[in-house]
Amino acid sequence: MATILVVDDSASMRQMVEFTLKEAGHQVMVAEDGQVALNIAQGAPADLVITDVNMPNMDGITLIKELRALPAYKFTPILTLTTESTAEKKMEGKGAGATGWIVKPFNPEKLLATVNKVLG
Amino acid sequence: MAIDIGQFVQTFFDESLEGLDIMEAGLLALPPGAADLEKINTIFRAAHSIKGGSGTFGFSEVTNFTHAMETLLDKMREGRLVVTSEAVNTLLESVDCLREMLVSLREQAAIDETQAENLRARLLRLLEQKETATSQATKAEKPSAPSPPPPSPETTDWRIEFLPHAQLMHSGNDPVRIFRELSTLGKLAVRADYHRLPRLADMNPEDCYLSWELELRGDASREAVAEVFAWVEDECDLRIEPLAGPAAPETQASTPSAAPETQASSEETHQGELVLERRKSNDRRKGDRRASAAADSGSIRVNIDKVDAVINLVGELVTTQSMLSALGTDFEMNRLDKLHEALDQLDRNTRDLQEHVMRIRMLPVSSVFSRFARIVHDVGGKLGKQVELIINGEQTEIDKTVIEKIGDPLVHLVRNSLDHGLEPPEERIQQGKPETGNIMLDAYHKSGSIFIEVGDDGRGLDRDALLRKGLENGLLKPGEDYSDEQIYELIFHPGLSTAKQISDVSGRGVGMDVVRRNIQDVGGNIQIASERGRGTKITICLPLTLAILDGQLVTIGQDCYIIPLLSIIESVQARNEMVNRVAGKNEVLRFRGEHLPILRLYELFGAQGAQTDLEKGLLVVVEADGRQVGLFVDDLLGQQQISIKSLEKNFRRVPGVAGATILGDGRVGLILDISGLIRINHAI
Amino acid sequence: METRTTDLAPVGKRNPQREAVVENLQYLTFNLAGESYGVDILKVQEIRGWVPVTKVPNAPVFVRGVMNLRGAIVPVVDLRLRFGLESVEYTKITVVIVVTVHAEQGDRIIGMVVDGVSDVLNINNAADIKEAPNFGAAASTEFINGLVALDSGMVMLLDVDRLLSVEEMFSLETMRSSSSQAMAHAS
Repeated sequence: MATILVVDDSASMRQMVEFTLKEAGHQVMVAEDGQVALNIAQGAPADLVITDVNMPNMDGITLIKELRALPAYKFTPILTLTTESTAEKKMEGKGAGATGWIVKPFNPEKLLATVNKVLG
Repeated sequence: MAIDIGQFVQTFFDESLEGLDIMEAGLLALPPGAADLEKINTIFRAAHSIKGGSGTFGFSEVTNFTHAMETLLDKMREGRLVVTSEAVNTLLESVDCLREMLVSLREQAAIDETQAENLRARLLRLLEQKETATSQATKAEKPSAPSPPPPSPETTDWRIEFLPHAQLMHSGNDPVRIFRELSTLGKLAVRADYHRLPRLADMNPEDCYLSWELELRGDASREAVAEVFAWVEDECDLRIEPLAGPAAPETQASTPSAAPETQASSEETHQGELVLERRKSNDRRKGDRRASAAADSGSIRVNIDKVDAVINLVGELVTTQSMLSALGTDFEMNRLDKLHEALDQLDRNTRDLQEHVMRIRMLPVSSVFSRFARIVHDVGGKLGKQVELIINGEQTEIDKTVIEKIGDPLVHLVRNSLDHGLEPPEERIQQGKPETGNIMLDAYHKSGSIFIEVGDDGRGLDRDALLRKGLENGLLKPGEDYSDEQIYELIFHPGLSTAKQISDVSGRGVGMDVVRRNIQDVGGNIQIASERGRGTKITICLPLTLAILDGQLVTIGQDCYIIPLLSIIESVQARNEMVNRVAGKNEVLRFRGEHLPILRLYELFGAQGAQTDLEKGLLVVVEADGRQVGLFVDDLLGQQQISIKSLEKNFRRVPGVAGATILGDGRVGLILDISGLIRINHAI
Repeated sequence: METRTTDLAPVGKRNPQREAVVENLQYLTFNLAGESYGVDILKVQEIRGWVPVTKVPNAPVFVRGVMNLRGAIVPVVDLRLRFGLESVEYTKITVVIVVTVHAEQGDRIIGMVVDGVSDVLNINNAADIKEAPNFGAAASTEFINGLVALDSGMVMLLDVDRLLSVEEMFSLETMRSSSSQAMAHAS
């Protein structure tokens, strides 16, 4: 069981990811934008962060940079949720310090497979 | 584990429809030519979210369509494409189309694919045109996901050289994770190369100095192997080559995304099938989808503060209750004061609770006002008029039911202002007015009612033309002196309009009479002020809430009726010398210099055993729609707050009666419809 | 305010064992001016004692008024008056049968005043229900779905959707008042 921070401005995505991860026995923290996520992260460590890229207030790219500056999140795996399958877009997150990505659309099985891959 | 994502579909529809409203508002606020990055970004983000969600929930038509919109917006955002009004209009139409698609999908109805396809083609054309225009030879980024290179069917054993860059761990990646994943593809042999390892003193423990040579035996494809390294391809040197057999050309692992994409696209086709199944053949009538998108909300989103307030009040109520039950267990007369005190408190609690619960039903009027930006934009454009919409008080809260009922009347009024009120630019200039006309929408609370104003600075009502029409139709009598109000009132008369009528914009067969009736149906009234050449202002007055009102209980014979306190001006005891009997039936009370028609309610209602002597009963002077009448009743009882119940649900509408309520003794009391009574009196 | 609910066991509930029998129909029977009537028990919501109602202005004479049924406003129809019979004074045993009336606008809840409730009638075979002949009963046959002959006499099965249709009651009223006016003119 791991603690996972899920960041997405879309409620349906948030709900679906949260539900899936909880069903798999993980503990889930949710945030609707980067700023909220950063506030959560400053108070609590996570084993994995899954974040959307395009969000109001603070986007995913900025969030990743901010997280990497926190000692507790220096090596934490961070996955971006991206609709873009082009290399350029995927690398945008990587450039900021993301571990990898999950391409939308995805289904719960794919999400869990990727999460398990990262968490081991 | 099978997880049913269907349970989140409703959320997806809700947020997507909200997203569309955001896009629409953003597009309307987007000045052509200017590149307001923040605004475009907001619009882009909404489109992006819809696209992402639709893919996940299997609505591939929505995904494809939104993709085109998103690409266009992305180009605008990057300044590679100029914001033209053509582009904005196409995007606005796309918003409408998407809204229709979403509502159809939600209702599991068929979607209009031709319309979507046409619009999508227009969006793509916009993209192409502008791309060639801005001679920037950007690599034509295909609007749809690039078709993946044909996956090589070759599967064999692999030798992998993996030289991570020192920073690999800083992205949260871990070689061990990669090896673990590789080992799921076959039998893995790992050989570490630590010749890059520095002396301990020079070593940064956060960096990676090792490199590896791996042998994977098992029939894995190159793509599968490359996929494992996809996340680190930019953080390592990687060589993947077949272990034995003919030396295949070296791959620098440059197309790592191939594998996930095939997966994704196969998923999409799969989901496409699901959608087909989902589409039932019920060929629903296409109406104004915006209306159904908004109105179909049996649910209501409530600010948490309102709920907290109710919870607090319930807490107080519980305290009062326990106080009362403590008093009740061993009550003695010397504690009567305490009992009264507790009952007062209960009364207060109940009122507060009632008020706060009603507040839950209140929504800001912005939910109605928000659609006017679009209407003004579209209609103004169609009429060739330059219009600025000025909105005030959109945070004013109104009962949900009222909000649902006033939408259409307001649309009619705004369209009227646009069509008949505002002059074309040339005419405005001639008049010495600014070229751009104004439409004002305002909402505010005043003395227990809500006021909504629709105003324009256009040509104003033509008093003379109305007067002429009124005389022609026999609605006005020649030689009489009429006030402006009386003349303007004529526009509410069915079949009377001074405008050239039936324009595409406002002449939709619905007249001002219907507008007024709709407003009256929710217990409101409507008034007009106008000045020739300066503009017109229509004021709608609505009750704060439909469900509760302060009432004055009156008796008529054996029966008890309720008069809404807000309509009552005063009660007077008539004396015979104050009463004029005009032509026998039409009685008029001379009162404060006015002639007040008297309505004997017992006659109208056929009540038995009622007071018939004017001097012995009471006249309750009430006002509605700017007219006053004296209602003759036997007597006044108390005043109380009453909740309005429908008489129509199980019975029917009764003329002169607005509804019913349950009185303190459990019996039913009927609430008088003052507007209706005045109309009845007028007709007599 | 005390309301009395007459203690009649099977109202509103069908015997689950009987449910299985294909043609088992149940009717609540009641008396009205010495005749016996039945109403489909699935239409019956409840039976209550008579309580004073609130008059509704300009309603047909047989609409006695509206009552409070747990917060809902429910019209009450005097069935004797509805059938054009002489009204009788309401007594302690006068009851109101509250029924669901199907209408185009949605179901309505309406109370009907009857002289007294008798029994629940089980009909195991739909063939036992005979078509109503055009005879001179108080209830005009248009409101009768059928007849059942019992040892104790005849039961007329009422079509309450028709009988208590608000639209019909009002159109009837208009007809009556206009014809009486016409008669007044003639005389």
